[in-house]
Amino acid sequence: MSARAVLRGGLRLESHKTRPLEQPVQRLAAPTTAVLALDQGSGEEARAIVPPGACVRVGTPVAAGRGAAADLHSPVSGTVRAVEPRPTVGGAGTCVVIDSDGRAEREPASRPLAWATLDGAALIERLAAAGLAGLGGAAFPTAGKLALARAAGVELLLLNGAECEPWICCDDALMRECAADIVLGARVMLAACGAARATIALEDDKPEARAALEAAVAEAGDERLEVVLLPAVFPLGAEGLLVAAVTGREVPQGALPPEVGVVCQNVGTAAGVARLVTAGLPALTRIVTVTGSGVRRPMNLEAWIGTPITELIAACGGYDDKQPPVRLVAGGSLTGRALGSDAVPVTKGLNCVLVAAASDLPARTTEMPCIRCGDCAAVCPVGLLPQQLHRAVQADDAAGVARFGLADCIECGCCDYVCPSAIPLTARFRAGRERQRLHEAERRRAAEAKARYERHRRRLDEQAEAERRAFEEARRRARGDGAGDR
Amino acid sequence: MNSATLLPALGVAAALAVALGAALGWLAARLRPDADSLIERIDALLPQTQCGQCRYPGCRPYAEAIARGEAGTDRCPPGGEATARALATLLGREPRPVDPLYGETQPPRIAVIDEARCIGCALCLPACPVDAIVGAPRFVHTVIESQCTGCELCLPPCPVDCIALQPSPAAASLPQASTVSL
Amino acid sequence: MPSPHVVAGYTVPRVMFQVLLALVPVLAVQVYLFGPGPLGLVAVACVTALACEALALALRRRSSQSALRDGSVLVTAVLLALAVPPLLPWWLLVFGTAVAVLIGKHAYGGLGQNPFNPAMVGYAVLLVSFPLEMTRWPVPGPPWDALTGATALDAIGNGLRQGYTMEEVRAGAGFGRVGAAGAEWVNLAALAGGAWLLGRRIIRWHIPVAMLAGLAVPAALAHGLDPGAYPGALFHLASGAAMLGAFFIATDPVSAATSDRGRLIYGAGIGLLTWIIRSWGGYPDGVAFAVLLMNLAVPLLDRGTVPRIHGQPRR
Repeated sequence: MSARAVLRGGLRLESHKTRPLEQPVQRLAAPTTAVLALDQGSGEEARAIVPPGACVRVGTPVAAGRGAAADLHSPVSGTVRAVEPRPTVGGAGTCVVIDSDGRAEREPASRPLAWATLDGAALIERLAAAGLAGLGGAAFPTAGKLALARAAGVELLLLNGAECEPWICCDDALMRECAADIVLGARVMLAACGAARATIALEDDKPEARAALEAAVAEAGDERLEVVLLPAVFPLGAEGLLVAAVTGREVPQGALPPEVGVVCQNVGTAAGVARLVTAGLPALTRIVTVTGSGVRRPMNLEAWIGTPITELIAACGGYDDKQPPVRLVAGGSLTGRALGSDAVPVTKGLNCVLVAAASDLPARTTEMPCIRCGDCAAVCPVGLLPQQLHRAVQADDAAGVARFGLADCIECGCCDYVCPSAIPLTARFRAGRERQRLHEAERRRAAEAKARYERHRRRLDEQAEAERRAFEEARRRARGDGAGDR
Repeated sequence: MNSATLLPALGVAAALAVALGAALGWLAARLRPDADSLIERIDALLPQTQCGQCRYPGCRPYAEAIARGEAGTDRCPPGGEATARALATLLGREPRPVDPLYGETQPPRIAVIDEARCIGCALCLPACPVDAIVGAPRFVHTVIESQCTGCELCLPPCPVDCIALQPSPAAASLPQASTVSL
Repeated sequence: MPSPHVVAGYTVPRVMFQVLLALVPVLAVQVYLFGPGPLGLVAVACVTALACEALALALRRRSSQSALRDGSVLVTAVLLALAVPPLLPWWLLVFGTAVAVLIGKHAYGGLGQNPFNPAMVGYAVLLVSFPLEMTRWPVPGPPWDALTGATALDAIGNGLRQGYTMEEVRAGAGFGRVGAAGAEWVNLAALAGGAWLLGRRIIRWHIPVAMLAGLAVPAALAHGLDPGAYPGALFHLASGAAMLGAFFIATDPVSAATSDRGRLIYGAGIGLLTWIIRSWGGYPDGVAFAVLLMNLAVPLLDRGTVPRIHGQPRR
């Protein structure tokens, strides 16, 4: 409907989304061995609740959520082989390994949900039990986010369909094919978080998706929903920037969107909510874009959580011999994570597998000193001065990194992209943050030690004072008894 | 240049120098940070180990000595290079590396009591400047890991030498800043 | 491999060589006006610069492979060669280039570390040490007679001191249609080259626009108040090293301010100082000193113009 452009800097990138979108989303069969990482992308591990040897069905909870980890359910029916460390997208992590018996028996408890009859808190509980997590990549528990939003009294639910990375198109495919699910999910989440209206935001390079969404919204007839178009600039899909672009309000530093009355959810998460209420299924599948010049037939696949990526690549025709892959990236070309092997399993946070051939990755030249050209500052969407920040990070200057906003860096990679000196700015900032975190921990320890030392001194002083007084008392009594004899 | 222009020029330059120097001196006296806040700022940079390796009974006395100009910035081994440099920067002095006379900078360590050998004499309890050892006479003593600063003051009093220093499990190694190769 | 996995492909050598390309029109105009002299000067400066850079890198025990190929020192050399009068003896240019590269650049730590514009350091040292040779400009030809005459800025300075009005001075030799004879064409060539660099996004608009505004606005104001004593804005923009300074010298990224707002102030400061030095100072053209003075101000500008970070309150 309306196009609003509110983004400092950013990049207009060449899109590589046409090939995977030439065909509809293909549903993959469930894997023969499901490898469920306890950390599905949020950085925190859930707690495994099934021992090796236990029998599970489709939808049986295998791990209990805690903190930033959501509940985890089995995508297959069969037996738990082991709970052991395995290679994952994040490097290595504990995984629940389940051997499928091929029968796909479902949990009897999975039934459609009469969501309109439930109040917000009850809905949130059901969402939590279903293990729904943010499918945009962060994999934060949806129920937790909505509960926070409800407590903060947000008035807008913002559905993120921006998908600004140039290679990823899973959300585009979802919006084209399952627009009705997204709309239903939006309405359920509105009831859960208590917001007054919902906006689905997408970039203007997705005309088919826009048409599908507008049709679905019209069909639902819910006046609280609207579709908003944004210019296709990277990284407009980042949560804080999207909120600012759509509402004009900036989330204060260090705060979350509910502080300005907004809660964001990915469109894929919304579709997952819809699947929960219509079929009673917990979070078991997601759409993954398998793309890159290194794979024969790039396409979008609906994969079960826990499927090894090898099966996804095989479903796309396998690796291309003419353009052998040189790098496997989980995520997009600017913010994705290079993988050491293709044996890692699909997680809730995995939106794309980029099988990059040499032609997809421009060669990086050797690093040179910063020439202060300022291109990095021109493209930084958050308004940082990467060259000054880089200097402060290299010097381990705590005041400098605070001043130049290291904590606000969203690690989008724009500055890296344009740097003529080929300085790996994003990697340096990431390492710098880690170092600052450790320095902060050290400072906290020192402050605690100082406080304890002062208490220790006070205790000794009080003891000395008490002894002195006791001595004085004893001497006074002695003098009072006899004439200075003892 | 003849003397007709030289002398006035020199005179003006000299007058300027005197005036500016006087102004700077007056400003330095007026804007001197008060002593207390300086001691606070120095103390904030110290690691609070209270170990006494600097030959002062604790970090605060050392901070006071630095502020008085009595002690150098190179006496704190637990603080290491970073602290020495930060102190020098704060005081506007030439940064000096930690003087080995006052000890070697070690990676973070904590004291661990070998409970099999502890005789419960309670001599180590008052030695700890942060009260990190729990115990009582004739009860086995133990060090609270999260509160130990690795100052080593509990080692000398122990009559059976059952306390040893081990690498601290809490402190992970810092990722180093990468250097530009040019 | 950490993210991001793609890059745009800009490199320092590519940037530097495009700057050199943009300077070709200026060189061509100078050759047309003054003969083949400037070509020789450019060659001398380039050779000297490369030799000095190799020497400095060897002394600093750094590899000279990539450093010599990045082209930054060539830009310094060519700018200096184009800024000095074409009649300058070549050994003086060698001296100036050596100062620019060894002191102006490497004494501060090499590429990316110099607080002052190296070409202007060399130029200023030459100007102060050899004022006679550095202000001897030939009458623009063709023909190239190597006859020297006052430049337009010179003529204004001297003429006004002798009591002539601006109109009388402007009618004399050394003046073209808009600005200084000859120099106005050089400025036009620099403007063309600069506009090309802007279009290719090699440089950004803040410094050139701010500098030209900083030069034009006081000039226009002063001319409006006292046309007899001050030439107008167009004259200033078309004489001396105005355009060369705006698009090539002041835009040296290493010695310029960091943020956009800082760059606007930096450029405006250079323009203003250039006008002040031209109007009331002892030297006919003030670009070099203006640039060096504003280089001094850059750390302060950087501290005071940090842009607002997303999420910080709007002041």
